[in-house]
Amino acid sequence: MKFRVDRDVLADAVTWVARGLPARPPVPVLAGVLIEANEEGSLTLSAFDYEVSAKVTVPADVSESGEVLVLGRLLADISRNLPGKPIDVATDGSKVNVVCGSSRFSLREMPVSDYPTLPSAPEASGTVAGDVFTQAVAQVSIAADRGDTLPILTGVRMEIDGDKMTLLATDRYRLAMRELTWSPGTSDASHVALIPARQLSDTAKALGASGSIELELGGGGDGLIGFEAGQRRTTTRLLDGEYPKVASIFPTSVDTEAVIDTAALEEAVKRVALVAERNTPVLLKFTDGQVAIEAGTGDDAQASEAVEASLTGPEIQIAFNPQFLLDGLHAVGTPFSRLSFTQPSRPAVLTGQPEADGDSDQSYRYVLMPVRFAS
Amino acid sequence: MSRRQFSVPVRNEPGPPDDTGCTILHVDMDAFYASASLLSRPDLRGRPVIIGGSGRSVVLSATYEARAFGVTSAMPMARARRLCPQAVVIPPDHRRYAAISDAIMATFATFTEHVEPLSLDEAFLDVSGAVRRLGPPARVAQMLRDTIADEQGITCSVGVAASKFVAKLASGLAKPDGLLVVPRNETVAFLHQLPVGAIWGVGERTEEQLHRLGLRTVADLAHTPVETLQRALGDVAGRHLHELAWGRDPRPVERQRQEKSIGADETFAHDVDDPAVVHRELLRLSDRTAARARSAGMSGRTISIKVRFADFTTITRAKTLRNHTDVSREIHATAVELFDRLGLQRARIRLVGVRLEGLAPSSGTPIQATLDEPERGWRDADRAVDRASARFGAGSVRPASLMPEPSGSQDGQPDLS
Repeated sequence: MKFRVDRDVLADAVTWVARGLPARPPVPVLAGVLIEANEEGSLTLSAFDYEVSAKVTVPADVSESGEVLVLGRLLADISRNLPGKPIDVATDGSKVNVVCGSSRFSLREMPVSDYPTLPSAPEASGTVAGDVFTQAVAQVSIAADRGDTLPILTGVRMEIDGDKMTLLATDRYRLAMRELTWSPGTSDASHVALIPARQLSDTAKALGASGSIELELGGGGDGLIGFEAGQRRTTTRLLDGEYPKVASIFPTSVDTEAVIDTAALEEAVKRVALVAERNTPVLLKFTDGQVAIEAGTGDDAQASEAVEASLTGPEIQIAFNPQFLLDGLHAVGTPFSRLSFTQPSRPAVLTGQPEADGDSDQSYRYVLMPVRFAS
Repeated sequence: MSRRQFSVPVRNEPGPPDDTGCTILHVDMDAFYASASLLSRPDLRGRPVIIGGSGRSVVLSATYEARAFGVTSAMPMARARRLCPQAVVIPPDHRRYAAISDAIMATFATFTEHVEPLSLDEAFLDVSGAVRRLGPPARVAQMLRDTIADEQGITCSVGVAASKFVAKLASGLAKPDGLLVVPRNETVAFLHQLPVGAIWGVGERTEEQLHRLGLRTVADLAHTPVETLQRALGDVAGRHLHELAWGRDPRPVERQRQEKSIGADETFAHDVDDPAVVHRELLRLSDRTAARARSAGMSGRTISIKVRFADFTTITRAKTLRNHTDVSREIHATAVELFDRLGLQRARIRLVGVRLEGLAPSSGTPIQATLDEPERGWRDADRAVDRASARFGAGSVRPASLMPEPSGSQDGQPDLS
């Protein structure tokens, strides 16, 4: 095998496929990136760790076709650090030589025959705008569980109903839900998939820059979801299991509502939370015209700050885990935030809105359970 | 009660012991559980009596008559019976022990407010503030012994010294029904005559290590370079032992010794290899632990289990939760999770225990509630059970799986036909 490729092209391609490679793979070959050179002038790079597969095709000047498996992270590091000149890659016995300008690298070839076959991506099901999808995934995946108690909660639930897509995640302390529209291949599309949140957010970040992302939802049995944008394709193994029913979690009524400048509140909570020791909350006291934020108790350090807020309904005092509150304020992505409450012991709902006096955008809702104090 | 007995070191000083500056008292009831149990069985006085459960539990306490046969606390009951077959065995009466303990602690409080209880039946007292009012420490100690004997009908031994560690040693040497003063300027001479095993904190394991180094007496220990001890026992323990060997123990008597953990454990009547039986026992122990935590007004964040196998190897596993809890069900769920994670394949288990650690007062503890939490949860159910127990007796409301087997059922009984 022998080919010449542009340095930036190779660096981008290898970085993309190698991004999810495990540092300590269960089988050594899984640390590899498979390079297939085609005499028609293209290179296909792929990586797979049994959970996630990634594949990309890029143009190259191929003088001799063939395929080779080399350590993925190493090749990614090398190609990123090479000077901006064309890179020549050629096999030489059991070695793979990488030459760029006056730099030479000789890499060990790994056995291609041991490499598993990548799962074939399911059929294309429709497309979604890259920037919208990336934002939606970021907004929702913050609420996914990172622990190991309930594996099902480490996923983002994607529900498709015609051209409506709903993404949802919860770790039982907060729940984030985002509704967006997409362009399904068929108007009666209906599908539910549970995608590992970490992989989904990696994928969305990596593909988001493209104009549109093609989704491959697949049939019932393959347990995979595929994403494709430009020459990049990736599949992720879905989580298996029954996602808990969440419909009853959304409060059905509102007693108090407050509209606050998102950035001002975020900054203030961040500052006040500096004195909140682990597991202790920030207390928000909503009165007419302002919200006072307090943290710290007794003999320990204490802090307070007030932020302007327009209040509708009775005054309320409510305590939150500061990080959970900040996650929501960061995700809402609008200049103003609306917090809706019923009681200090019941969930609050955070939504965003572009203007101080206007309606809130219900396409993103962040439901947050308050902290209470044991009696 | 100590497993080992040491002889009292010889004094070379003339005159009565000088108790100036010896303001720390260690008071230890003599065979507390046994003495307390005998209050209602005066007919057994002077006879060997062992306090312990039936079956395969361990000895809680024994009278000095039984100890003469080699019976010690924490010894398996079967072994104790073999050593002293003529002993009368009385089941423990924890309610009575707690009542007497409360009364004793109240007596201590009339002497000084600086009381550090170590357990139900022993405490450190700092009487430096009582000297002017009541007289020198040795006299205070004698008054205390007389008061407790008069009021409770049981005896205690008191060690009087300048530090906690020496006071504790002294009370052990004064037993039973004795008083020993270790004058401040004789402390080192006193200590150096003792074997290393006498030092508080030197158990069998450490003692063995020290013997291997050729260190048999506290004097040997004191004259060994601290670096050598640190190499053998670790930095902290090595330094600590060396300090103690010279009688240096600056720890003050701490008034409020906060309980660090609450727990319960149970030895099975027969070794058990059925996970369902272990789970049920964990439920009972979790229930008991949680009830005790609630009555103390405490919650804990770390739950640990202890499993002792048939060969006496013992392991513990712990998990820290997000929130503090005093809820039976949460403690049980975590205990079961920890147990199941051991992945035991029909291992024969002798004992299991459940413990709640990282305690803090329950009231005011912040709890990050979950979205799917019902308005009235298990915590409320627990409170209701507590109220029922207070009114109708412990165990009046309990999980169905812990109800006694209906009579006539042969479940769990070996088939002897």
